[in-house]
Amino acid sequence: MADHGINKARRRFLVGATSVVGAVGVVGVAVPFVAAWKPSARARAAGAPVLIDISKLRPGQRITVEWRGRPVWIIRRTPEMIARTRALSPDILADPDSRQQQQPAYVSGELRSLKPEIGVLVGLCTHFGCSPLYRPEPDAAEPGSDEWSGGFYCPCHGSRFDLAGRVYTNMPAPTNLEVPPYRFLGDAIIELGEDGELS
Amino acid sequence: MTAPKREEGQSWLGARFPVSRLWREHLANYYVPKNLNIWYVFGSLALLVLVIQVVTGIWLTMSYSPTADGAFASIEYIMRDVEWGWLIRYLHTTGASALFIVMYLHMFRGLLYGSYKAPRELVWILGMTLYLILMAEAFMGYLLPWGQMSYWGAQVITSLFSAIPWVGPDLAQWVRGDYLVSGVTLNRFFALHVIALPLVILTLVVLHIMALHEVGSNNPDGIEIRQHKDDTGKPLDGIPFHPYYTVKDLLGVAIFLFVFCGVVFYFPEGGGLFIEQPNFESADPLSTPDHIAPVWYFTPFYAILRAANFSVLGLDARLLGVILMAGAIAILFVLPWLDRSPVRSMRYKGWMSKIMLGLFAISFVGLGVLGVLPSTPERTYMAQGLTVIYFAYFLLMPFYTRWEATRPVPKRVGR
Repeated sequence: MADHGINKARRRFLVGATSVVGAVGVVGVAVPFVAAWKPSARARAAGAPVLIDISKLRPGQRITVEWRGRPVWIIRRTPEMIARTRALSPDILADPDSRQQQQPAYVSGELRSLKPEIGVLVGLCTHFGCSPLYRPEPDAAEPGSDEWSGGFYCPCHGSRFDLAGRVYTNMPAPTNLEVPPYRFLGDAIIELGEDGELS
Repeated sequence: MTAPKREEGQSWLGARFPVSRLWREHLANYYVPKNLNIWYVFGSLALLVLVIQVVTGIWLTMSYSPTADGAFASIEYIMRDVEWGWLIRYLHTTGASALFIVMYLHMFRGLLYGSYKAPRELVWILGMTLYLILMAEAFMGYLLPWGQMSYWGAQVITSLFSAIPWVGPDLAQWVRGDYLVSGVTLNRFFALHVIALPLVILTLVVLHIMALHEVGSNNPDGIEIRQHKDDTGKPLDGIPFHPYYTVKDLLGVAIFLFVFCGVVFYFPEGGGLFIEQPNFESADPLSTPDHIAPVWYFTPFYAILRAANFSVLGLDARLLGVILMAGAIAILFVLPWLDRSPVRSMRYKGWMSKIMLGLFAISFVGLGVLGVLPSTPERTYMAQGLTVIYFAYFLLMPFYTRWEATRPVPKRVGR
């Protein structure tokens, strides 16, 4: 044995093969450790998508549902409400084109929704997290402003949002209301928290 | 079975473990330049504060409960009901800030005297890695009291991951273990804060010191003392670390502890900088504080993050901010290769290096102040200007260190 000298090629092969097998083993063992950091089954169940039937939601009405511990509003805007929102001057809105990341990428336009008449918003003021009031009509006395054309009014610190959740300028709230991920399953069912192929 | 052969005067332990060799190599016969000044005390102090953090941290875990329901209450329990619990906690919270103060001074010393330059690049890189891991350690520790600033700070910082294209949102969720920062996040940050990262930190401290002792300390003149040795191989301009610098460091320790205890006993909240006011309120996922600011030692980088309010080359402002912030830390790692000066110390560098280091120090402190304050358009412009200076110091370094005239470095340390 000893007098045959060292077979360097075989030694190199053995070191290489051992290293490769070892590396595969390390990667394999890493899988459960990395995966253990993903949301657990309990966290996933608590944050699972919610199905909402909006067939009974009439024009102008709003319903509030809970999703991931937060209130989510769904409103059905009347054609008149849509026209009013679209007619708002961009000058009185802080972020009229929704440039801040407060909505999924597929939600765009003045109405910040998939369908013009259905609005879906997280019902928490982006200032201190109070839940704003639904005041869809422009004549509501509370906000006390001539430029008010209906929307959401936060009673805590007076932030105002239009019917698409866009914040007015010079409000305590820094950004528009958040739009959660959602999609339509048919005409009357919204799946909240799941946007499927949309994203 | 035979016992190890003992040399003359060697103890039982000495024959089995290199006690006296370690003592000689790292203390009694470890030669350090004789001209080290006050700037050289902060390395020892960082080690001292680290020990304070480890000891107080172990005692805190004995009474702390890492759950969303119990964390905030357990901190109040430590503060009110545990015997001396308030002291142990205040030592830990003040220690976190103290560690970053001494570390920033320690790093500035490196910039001032060129301690990162060859052959000490690895010492610098290990030190920078240590700094990076300590930032993670401090960030995770800050979530544990589960106050409002803990919660929202963690929410903001973990959201930074979601700015990364494609994998971002999934990565942020993976880090949090939930859709938002929750008890799951708290529990895992606790595990990382008390076990995983401290193990890494202690290992890095040993590596940092071993790498330093291999090449020897730099000094304010940037003279390589090992180039001039006497017949026995001792550097002529060196003195043994022990007892000379152990005693000198001890004086530094005494002064440091005087100030440290003053803060612990009289200003433990550090005017809202060491413990931020919103953190006296329990975490509430439904209510965001008025103004979210990280603890002061992160604010220079936070200000850089916020300074990016425009998009460039198709990068949106958020991603650009994250890239700039990460770049601000990453660029420190390559510093040894940016400095092309033939001399180490600022004492012999030219006027351009001096001005750039001064501007850099101003930009770092300025960004730190801006990062604490709520942003206004004027402050954002200032932060942008200071960010440019911050990066200019590094990116222009290969040019100004080569162009400027330097003064000749003496061969020996003068009297």
